[in-house]
Amino acid sequence: MILRRPFFWLVLLASALFVFIPLRSNNVLLREDLILVAVAIILASNLNLMIGYTGYVNFGNIIFFGLGGYVGLYLATVRGWNLMLAAVVAGVAVSLFALLFGLAILRLRGAYFALATIGVLEAVQAFVSNFNPWGRATGMYVSFSAYQPLGGAMRALWITYYLIIAVMALSLILSLAIKNSKFGLGLFAIREDEDAAVVLGVNATVYKAIIYSVSAFLPAIAGTLMFYKNGMIDPSIAFELTLSIEAIVMLMLGGQGTVMGAALGGGLYETLRSYLLTSPKLSSFHLVIAGGLLLLVVLFAPGGLIGWLYRLAPRARKVIE
Amino acid sequence: MNSILEVRGVTKRFGGLVAVSDVSFSLAEGEILGLIGPNGAGKTTLFNIVNGVYKADQGTITFSGRDITGHSPDKVVHLGVARTHQIVKPLNDLTLLDNVTVGACFGREYLDLKAARAAAAEVLQQVGLGNRAHMMARSLTIAGKKRLEVARALAAQPKLLLLDEVLAGLNPTEIALMIELVRKIRDSGVSVFMIEHLMQAIMSLSDRIVVLNLGRKLAEGRPDEVVHNPDVVEAYLGFPDIVDKLTRTD
Ligand SMILES: Nc1ncnc2c1ncn2[C@@H]1O[C@H](COP(=O)(O)OP(=O)(O)OP(=O)(O)O)[C@@H](O)[C@H]1O
Ligand SMILES: [Mg+2]
Repeated sequence: MILRRPFFWLVLLASALFVFIPLRSNNVLLREDLILVAVAIILASNLNLMIGYTGYVNFGNIIFFGLGGYVGLYLATVRGWNLMLAAVVAGVAVSLFALLFGLAILRLRGAYFALATIGVLEAVQAFVSNFNPWGRATGMYVSFSAYQPLGGAMRALWITYYLIIAVMALSLILSLAIKNSKFGLGLFAIREDEDAAVVLGVNATVYKAIIYSVSAFLPAIAGTLMFYKNGMIDPSIAFELTLSIEAIVMLMLGGQGTVMGAALGGGLYETLRSYLLTSPKLSSFHLVIAGGLLLLVVLFAPGGLIGWLYRLAPRARKVIE
Repeated sequence: MNSILEVRGVTKRFGGLVAVSDVSFSLAEGEILGLIGPNGAGKTTLFNIVNGVYKADQGTITFSGRDITGHSPDKVVHLGVARTHQIVKPLNDLTLLDNVTVGACFGREYLDLKAARAAAAEVLQQVGLGNRAHMMARSLTIAGKKRLEVARALAAQPKLLLLDEVLAGLNPTEIALMIELVRKIRDSGVSVFMIEHLMQAIMSLSDRIVVLNLGRKLAEGRPDEVVHNPDVVEAYLGFPDIVDKLTRTD
């Protein structure tokens, strides 16, 4: 049972802290920092389902977030849907999209799969840039009045913040639940040796398509919430390859294949990035530093921080998942 | 006796090379059938066709009266045919217990995780890896990895077990243990189809033997019949001591 896992309670505790600390001090700046951290953790931990659990590198992971933003914003603003409903429907829609694409491109392995995901990213971006209902290259805006149903813009920002923290908690719990399930074991087998997994009875085709689709769900919901909070979306910010790659850096830094690694990597990387972006001297170097970091991790600590911890203290595996 | 496996007219080509050519035979329930032949004879390819890794260009595979020609490997193992790999394929970064649990989870019984763990622990004991259940598979020696292959296949609770050179690379003590294990598996009601280069072992274990050479079936029969078959002796020319090896039963 997942309730018996210490890590489950750790996730709930951390999420509660995310909620209460900015709330108590009514600290809006802190909230804005934490929301970025939460989004980073959401992206990294769902990407982990593909890279860390299944062994498939998805360079196009950011399309789930971007498409979720588009579908949700369209439903919430143009169609006037309730935000939460719009976000969930966006999640379902993007997951279905991923299922179809997954069945097509997951027959590829290794580098070919990775390349195909970049292709999907480019194709989606090109499509959205020419799609009239979504405002083509200019994108969509959230008018001020769209925040009214949530009690005005100020309150709406807090509400979207809580919802994003909830999505973060769900992402980590989902990762934890999959890790401790039969489905997760099948994914691990695919990661270790796909041919052997199939001979042992794992239906790899179906498993891969399902996990690709599942890994799209929560990022798409987060996309709706985040772009709604930001008040606008356009193809260049919704489908930025750099963000996909940064999500990979986060995951590698923290430790792919572990729930804690994705959380830690997302949190640390985002904190570092905010610091670099706000520092006048270093702001233009943040990608250089990200690249350097990735190189260091891959060369010297391929298991990331958690992998390193596991090596120092093998018993840590039992508690830190 | 009922046959559990029927191979009829199977042919497999790789480009211009005919790796398996019009091979037919059957395996009776409860039998240990040996498969021998020189390197490159097509033995492993035949296994790959039986369990669905490759599709045969011609011919049919029938398991327990059911046509399984062209079924994917995951389906074949659900039906009750498990196999080991000649070139071992451990799931390196998983523990031995998890490796075997995969076999139990997705095998014939499709056990849930908890039941599979328990079954896997038992099978690990059975193959003598019980005290290493929590080690990572990558840290095993080659002999250990061979046993892990057997354990994973056994955990699927197959009715037919395909063993591809599980004795190769083992020392004499390990070989003796493995031979005993194969006998026990058969005695528990599992039919066994095994490829082996170690002649003494295969001669003493098998009820019958099929000999392949250059993709064709050269001979089939009881070990003593096969040994005295002139075609078989000729196929092994170049290995001068082969008749000697084949006839020595212990
Ligand atoms: N995937 C493949 N693609 C091309 N050729 C192959 C393939 N698999 C096997 N072959 C060829 O088919 C022939 C039979 O190979 P196979 O592995 O079945 O032999 P084997 O009897 O198992 O030999 P060994 O005793 O060395 O294991 C060989 O010539 C081999 O090179
Ligand atoms: Mg072979």
